[in-house]
Amino acid sequence: MEKRVFFKGWWLPALLVAPQLLISFVFFFYPSGQAIWNSLFLPDPFGLKTEFVGLDNFRFLLSDPYYLASFKTTVIFSTAVSVSSMALGLYLAALADRLIKGAGVYQTLLIWPYAIAPAIAGVLWLFMFNGNIGLASYYLKALGYEWNHTLKGDQAMFLVILASSWGRISYNFLFFLAGLQAIPKSIIEAAAIDGASFWKRFGTIVIPLLSPITFFLLVVNIVYAFFDTFGVIHTITSGGPEQSTTILVYKVFSDGFVSQDLGSSAAQSVILLVLVGILTVIQFKYIERKVHY
Amino acid sequence: MVEKKKSGYWLTHLGLILGVLFIFFPVWLTFVASTVTQDAIIYPPLPMLPGTEFFENYANALFRGSPEGYGAKVPVIKMMMNSAIMAIGITVGKIIISLLSAFAFVYFRFPFRNLCFWLIFITLMLPVEVRIVPTYEVVANLNLLNSYTGLIFPLIASATATFLFRQFFMTIPDEMVEAARMDGCSPMRFFFDILVPISKTNIAALFVILFIFGWNQYLWPLLMTTDPDMRTIVMAIDSMIPTGDDYAHWPTVMATAMLAMIPPVIVVISMQKFFVKGLLESDK
Repeated sequence: MEKRVFFKGWWLPALLVAPQLLISFVFFFYPSGQAIWNSLFLPDPFGLKTEFVGLDNFRFLLSDPYYLASFKTTVIFSTAVSVSSMALGLYLAALADRLIKGAGVYQTLLIWPYAIAPAIAGVLWLFMFNGNIGLASYYLKALGYEWNHTLKGDQAMFLVILASSWGRISYNFLFFLAGLQAIPKSIIEAAAIDGASFWKRFGTIVIPLLSPITFFLLVVNIVYAFFDTFGVIHTITSGGPEQSTTILVYKVFSDGFVSQDLGSSAAQSVILLVLVGILTVIQFKYIERKVHY
Repeated sequence: MVEKKKSGYWLTHLGLILGVLFIFFPVWLTFVASTVTQDAIIYPPLPMLPGTEFFENYANALFRGSPEGYGAKVPVIKMMMNSAIMAIGITVGKIIISLLSAFAFVYFRFPFRNLCFWLIFITLMLPVEVRIVPTYEVVANLNLLNSYTGLIFPLIASATATFLFRQFFMTIPDEMVEAARMDGCSPMRFFFDILVPISKTNIAALFVILFIFGWNQYLWPLLMTTDPDMRTIVMAIDSMIPTGDDYAHWPTVMATAMLAMIPPVIVVISMQKFFVKGLLESDK
């Protein structure tokens, strides 16, 4: 779509796009190019010179059991976060949609956690499950269940999933509620008159009509779980115990900044770059960016 | 009308209230912990109702930081200032450069317009986390570590806002420009007197989303700032919880957590209408 009417001249528009182009070049294109370039080199241990190694960094990564484990961790983590927060969001949205009055009040009460930083959410849940003083771990102990997420990998994983999903419910709730409210009531009523029960209506009318939003949310939530949950993991587990909660983006950070393994970290960045690229293409290709109601 | 049963009605409310409680509970505990003494916390279980130390704990956190021997010691008010500067810098910066470039793309024809458009389009794809190491090097080479400029500018490089404004400008009737040109209105005058004022709602919606995005940044400030005076509240809270056997001063930590949540939550609630619009239309 193009405008038929426009202003003349070329230096003014050039001036107008200059700031954004400049910032994109300095902080986006140059670093991204640098990441790709670095991924082809291996610095010696003293950082004095680098050696061109072609795709060796990638070959090494893809046979590195720690990296493959991190891949698996990321898949489990992002699936669990996306599915649980979407399920709860849909459940609450479906309930709120049934109300004629009061949906707005619940909306206000449910959406504000969107504003809470993942790192702060991490601190909140860490406090509840702290091995010495946490309320949750105290009562679990009283029930005879030993809680120690600093030693047990599966408990650590559960905790980071819980903390990450908790803050994400509001986002999914809001989108599902908007989607539900856009379904014409007449369709639902027609089905009800024909004798379809609530669950029948939900399964055969509501779910199919919500599928574009659901798909959109799935992609967005996976991207969230891949990147934005860094704060949760850093505050609660720092990737431990024994790397059981080291997701890919955390590994880029810990290999690049903590272990200073720049070649490997750059190669990991490139792999992540390709993954996000694929997700973005899927999102643009199969769903309109603007969700239609 | 779809059938309504009395019992179903109450069950609906019950389900929603359970959801609200699940959302509120961790924050309530945090609030309680920020109002009691250290002793009340380290000998569990924590009480369910607030204690009496509210003013003491918040005054401590805001102006003094954690007491001696309990991790980092920086007044939280300083961190909040840093967070506010970063968040507002990112928000205002992004809105300004996006308004300008969207205006250029929609209302002008210039050489390499499509190329420029695609270059900006590509930046949508990559969160800063992916190119974190090289971006850090760029900022270090520019001598921008521990500076507000270094905190703000790398996070402005993304195209979402540009696309939102572009889409919105496309819906504005051509007659507006025609009329403006007929009256001899210059492009910049059209921009300031017509385009910006009718974009007010969109600007407000983006403001909410970007403010939260900026305030909640974690990894970038974590790498960028080594000077304690430049820390932002969201990233600094981690340094208040020592690892290993040391105790954190939990009342101060929890008061800091509350203080880190309050500004963005206030923005969301007070601008709820714009927030919902911004979220549904943009996603960051």
